[in-house]
Amino acid sequence: MGLFVNILLSGIVQGMVFAAIALGLVLISRATGVVNFAQGAMGMFTTFIAFTLLTHGLGYWPAFVATLAIGFVFGALVERTLIRPLQGKPALNPVIVTIGLLIVLEGAAGSIWGNVARGFPAAFSQRGLVIGTTRVAFSHFDVFIVIAVAALVVGIVALFRWTDLGLRMRAAAFAPEVSRLLGIRVGRLFTLGWALAAAAGALAGLLVAPLSSFSPYYMDLNLVFGFTAAVLGGLVSPIGALIGGLVTGLAISFVGGYIGPDLEPLAALVLLLIVLMLRPQGLLGAAEARRV
Amino acid sequence: MTSVPTRPAPVSPNPGGSDHPERGLRGLRGLKPLGRMGDRVRLPAQPFLRHLVFFVLGAAFFYVLTTNVSTYNDFQIGEIALYAIVLGGLSLLTGLNGQFSLGHGAFMIIGAYTLALLQLHAHVGIVGELVSATLIAAAAGVIVGIPAARLSAPYLAGVTLMLALALPQLSSQYGSVFGGEQGLTTTPPAGPGSINSQEWLAWIQIFCALLVLLLLANLARSRFGRAFRAVRDDEIAAAISGIHVARTKVLAFAVSAGCAGLGGALLAFSTGVVNNGEFPLSLSIALLAAMVIGGAGSFVGVWWGAVALVYMSTWSGSLSHQFSLGTSAAAYLSDAIFGVVLIVAILAAPTGIQGGIRWIGRRAWRGLVGTPLQTAATTALVALAPASSTETGEPLGHRVIPLDGPPADDGGSRCRSAPAGGDDRVSGDDSVSGDDRISGDDRVSGDDRASGDDRAGGTHGETSTVRPDPEHEHDPEHEHEHEHEHEHEERSTP
Amino acid sequence: MKLGRGRPVLRRSIAAVGAAVLFAAYGLVATGGVAGASTTGVTAHQITIGATVPLTGPAAPGYSEIAPAMNALFKWVNAHGGVYGRKIKYIYLNDQYDPKTTATLTRKLVLTDHIFADVGSLGTPTNLAVQKYLAAQKIPHLFIESGCNCWSTPKYPTETGWEPPYTVTGKILGYYIKSHFKNKKIGELYQDTEFGQDVMKGVNMEVPASAVVSKQSYDVTTLSGAMSSQMAALKAAGAQVVVMATIPAATALAMLPAYAIGFTPQYVVDNVGADAPTVGPLLSSFTTAATHTKKIAAAATGLLNGMIFNIYQPPEGTASNGWIKVEKKILKKYTPSLWAKHGLDGNTEYGIALAYTFVQALKAAGKNLTRASLMNALATKSKSFVTPGYVPLHYSKTVHYGYEGGEVVQDSTAAGTFTTPAGTWPQVKVLSPVYVTTPGKGPVKVYHGKEPKVPKELAKTA
Repeated sequence: MGLFVNILLSGIVQGMVFAAIALGLVLISRATGVVNFAQGAMGMFTTFIAFTLLTHGLGYWPAFVATLAIGFVFGALVERTLIRPLQGKPALNPVIVTIGLLIVLEGAAGSIWGNVARGFPAAFSQRGLVIGTTRVAFSHFDVFIVIAVAALVVGIVALFRWTDLGLRMRAAAFAPEVSRLLGIRVGRLFTLGWALAAAAGALAGLLVAPLSSFSPYYMDLNLVFGFTAAVLGGLVSPIGALIGGLVTGLAISFVGGYIGPDLEPLAALVLLLIVLMLRPQGLLGAAEARRV
Repeated sequence: MTSVPTRPAPVSPNPGGSDHPERGLRGLRGLKPLGRMGDRVRLPAQPFLRHLVFFVLGAAFFYVLTTNVSTYNDFQIGEIALYAIVLGGLSLLTGLNGQFSLGHGAFMIIGAYTLALLQLHAHVGIVGELVSATLIAAAAGVIVGIPAARLSAPYLAGVTLMLALALPQLSSQYGSVFGGEQGLTTTPPAGPGSINSQEWLAWIQIFCALLVLLLLANLARSRFGRAFRAVRDDEIAAAISGIHVARTKVLAFAVSAGCAGLGGALLAFSTGVVNNGEFPLSLSIALLAAMVIGGAGSFVGVWWGAVALVYMSTWSGSLSHQFSLGTSAAAYLSDAIFGVVLIVAILAAPTGIQGGIRWIGRRAWRGLVGTPLQTAATTALVALAPASSTETGEPLGHRVIPLDGPPADDGGSRCRSAPAGGDDRVSGDDSVSGDDRISGDDRVSGDDRASGDDRAGGTHGETSTVRPDPEHEHDPEHEHEHEHEHEHEERSTP
Repeated sequence: MKLGRGRPVLRRSIAAVGAAVLFAAYGLVATGGVAGASTTGVTAHQITIGATVPLTGPAAPGYSEIAPAMNALFKWVNAHGGVYGRKIKYIYLNDQYDPKTTATLTRKLVLTDHIFADVGSLGTPTNLAVQKYLAAQKIPHLFIESGCNCWSTPKYPTETGWEPPYTVTGKILGYYIKSHFKNKKIGELYQDTEFGQDVMKGVNMEVPASAVVSKQSYDVTTLSGAMSSQMAALKAAGAQVVVMATIPAATALAMLPAYAIGFTPQYVVDNVGADAPTVGPLLSSFTTAATHTKKIAAAATGLLNGMIFNIYQPPEGTASNGWIKVEKKILKKYTPSLWAKHGLDGNTEYGIALAYTFVQALKAAGKNLTRASLMNALATKSKSFVTPGYVPLHYSKTVHYGYEGGEVVQDSTAAGTFTTPAGTWPQVKVLSPVYVTTPGKGPVKVYHGKEPKVPKELAKTA
């Protein structure tokens, strides 16, 4: 029983982390239709910047806010300098550019900060909470992870659903040409999409780092599972990203805990295939006619 | 006339038969100067024969190359050849069929382990080994291809990415069969007599590469190739015109996986051991990048991609040594430089290296028309450019202008007509090509000839097999062609 | 007008072609090199050796320090006249722990750099990928940085390991557990590769099967975060002693979630994953909440305190040890940037000791250096080599493992006093005598020999 609860709880935390990464991927996919392979690496890089800020004596929360802001600007810069020039070029080109960016960022982080496995501080204690008489695999920091990611999802959904800006962003993503004709500055909204996604990535980086060995590569696998989560969720829906993340996290945790860690990726693959067989557009993907 | 919309096709300067005189016109423009020189390079009209010429020329080129470089270079050339096979399959899948795989490393694993297991348990000879590796990987491609056929590009990317991560785990899970982390050893074929074994292996790899690319080029020219392109461009239209869409996509996936399997098996010869450490996720991603760098959909471009792939892995090691700093900072710097090279290459040559070369080829052609260098230039162009363009269609989402057409302002026209990169995102294929095709071609014909005559049947020259017909060279109907010819003369006179 | 429109494309194309030509040209230029007069890689003034190691990539942390540390020792040798007047040129290339790349780069070392021997290449799968090739070329494949039980076979007579085989360290740990934790419930956590499996093979040869309550493993290629489920399972099974065959990052990622769920068994960790300077920083985050972020550097090693592990050369923390003093000096002088970043940790110490072993072998091979004379010197004279290892090297005609012994120690570093290159090193308490054993069925025996002293030439000149 204790084992079941612990596996369940660590699955939820893992799932929330995947959801944060998936959310960034979804935002970018909606805005510019690019699978951003550098999503994890961008979060890694901003977390290293946070690390530098922290070692120079800045408090955790100021560094936290600053990192999200840096992530926001970074995302906008990437869109303007690397993605914008590729508009209208073969669709794979921006994807390859993000792969290039991933390599650049990991190389740069390695040469600036060195590839040593480090620890990264958590916002709150990572000691498990005591429920009844036992300590379970759910700490104050895990509570913070759940709240932060949930808040992010709610914020993004609210932005899209109830604000004028969100409406325009949806319009720009859905029909860029028409939106442009209607006077919407589509380009700026794409930039904003990237910026928001990168800020979400920066948050994910800060949340994942204390749970893993903090090195230039610590986001790689999280990106792969985050991408799985985004695809499961349907690639266009923030709520889908959340659900996809939780499903992926729980599946991996239970398979790893009860069957064997070697089979975690296989479990994710099977899960992905089952869901996509039933719903080729993902759990919450748009039901619009598909064009391949 | 095919009823399926396909891409506007690039045109080779070679004369040859054509079923569609009207469409042969654009090709004629490329042909004329040749005719005037009176020493035109006549390549066989049959695609298969022409491909065979490339095969023989390629074999001769590589024979001269391998016998004149060091053993280490032989090893590398062999590696380049085997990656060219993998990239050829990937290029067919993505460039021709519009599917998108991030997991081709997984099929390489299947090929490599098949070879190693056969060497261990059965003695079927090298041909049997390689054929089995190809077929078993192709069978795996069918299994993956069936669900994949239902998925749009990013979803397929997710599935294949996870496949590339999950499959190597199986070999450690079943260590007794696959040798666990140690893997299985392989024995490269021994050459006859006193031939350097490294050179012999390189020849085998090169032979396989040329053979596979020959077959792929023919496949691309066959009705299957047309079906691939039709499905890529518009599934609904393809289905209406009688193409079995799902089957076509599965076939493309199987062929592509088979190529990866063969590449994996040949890699197992190179390294002499097969273990899952050789096929990390990063390999699959690097394959995709190399394919795009070379030029998606181009079977000549795959060689460039393969060269980049092989040198990328060794460059890092050598460069970090040459910096010779005490720490690994330099090594990371060289990693970062790769990323920069990759980004710059994509920004500089959006259609890949081959796309860039083809463009330069066109410029050079125009500059050389009417000079004695023309023959040489023609030969070079025939060897480089049309091999990919004529036979296999243009790179993904890219419109190719006839060899002797107006300046290829590819990027520009696309930028103008593309809806800000919005539409083509989900499919991984460019759904804007339809608009683009029309506007681009209209402009081309309008500018140059005012008559817009190649719009016969409203197809805008949208055929994959545009070929000039010698019989129409002096057809009065095409008087304007001669006007065009004069343009050439004027331009080429200093 | 038409030309004008074309130009940007031209520029782009030239750039693309330029890139391609550069790639190609690099390969052609990279050939060349000079073959030795009699023995390849050996001239009157120089010995060229090579290696493939991960300098970048996920496997690089820690391991990337070894080759530069080796080079520091070679620089010291070269600064003092070399070996019989020959200076050592050490070419180490970055294979990113990818066996394909290892295969390619090893051919580069052999065919274009004309190395005399491959010395100190890192990793099990990577070296397995080239063992056949190097053997076929009759090139010594020495001191492979891996404890795989696979480096000593008659099939590959020119191949040797160096560190204790994983089964040997497993047997020593198992022997200690058997004699000191009677009636305790034992849990196992291991990396699901050769390394983890071989260590556990050794442990299980000593520990009775009935005492083992749970066996957990992890997959190194998909290790992205804390191993919560494994540790929860070990806790649920009631393990009181947890034996771990883990890489340093995994050690930390196991201890963190265990601590989180209030699971604090006695850890017994294989040498590979027990290097405090590497594991400590990872654990720091855990005991440091955001409110104390200023103390990131001064990490708490509380979790490591009490951890039992095995060593086969002096621990970095024993500042009075002659070898440790010399090693620090060499690092500081010959590779200051490495020293500034990492100081003397398990990896840099490993590199220096391994390089010094090679220098000893060169000396023993005599003035007339050939591949055969080197292999012969290793097989016949290695027991008299003076190295920092607690037990003598054990090479013979048939055995190609280096050290086959070590002792069991316990981390006794107080929380908060953590290592920096110039500061305090982790402290250990010696728990056992030095043991020797073999990877096979042989018993674990106490070794009675003396601890080797630093040779005078080294102590004086470093």
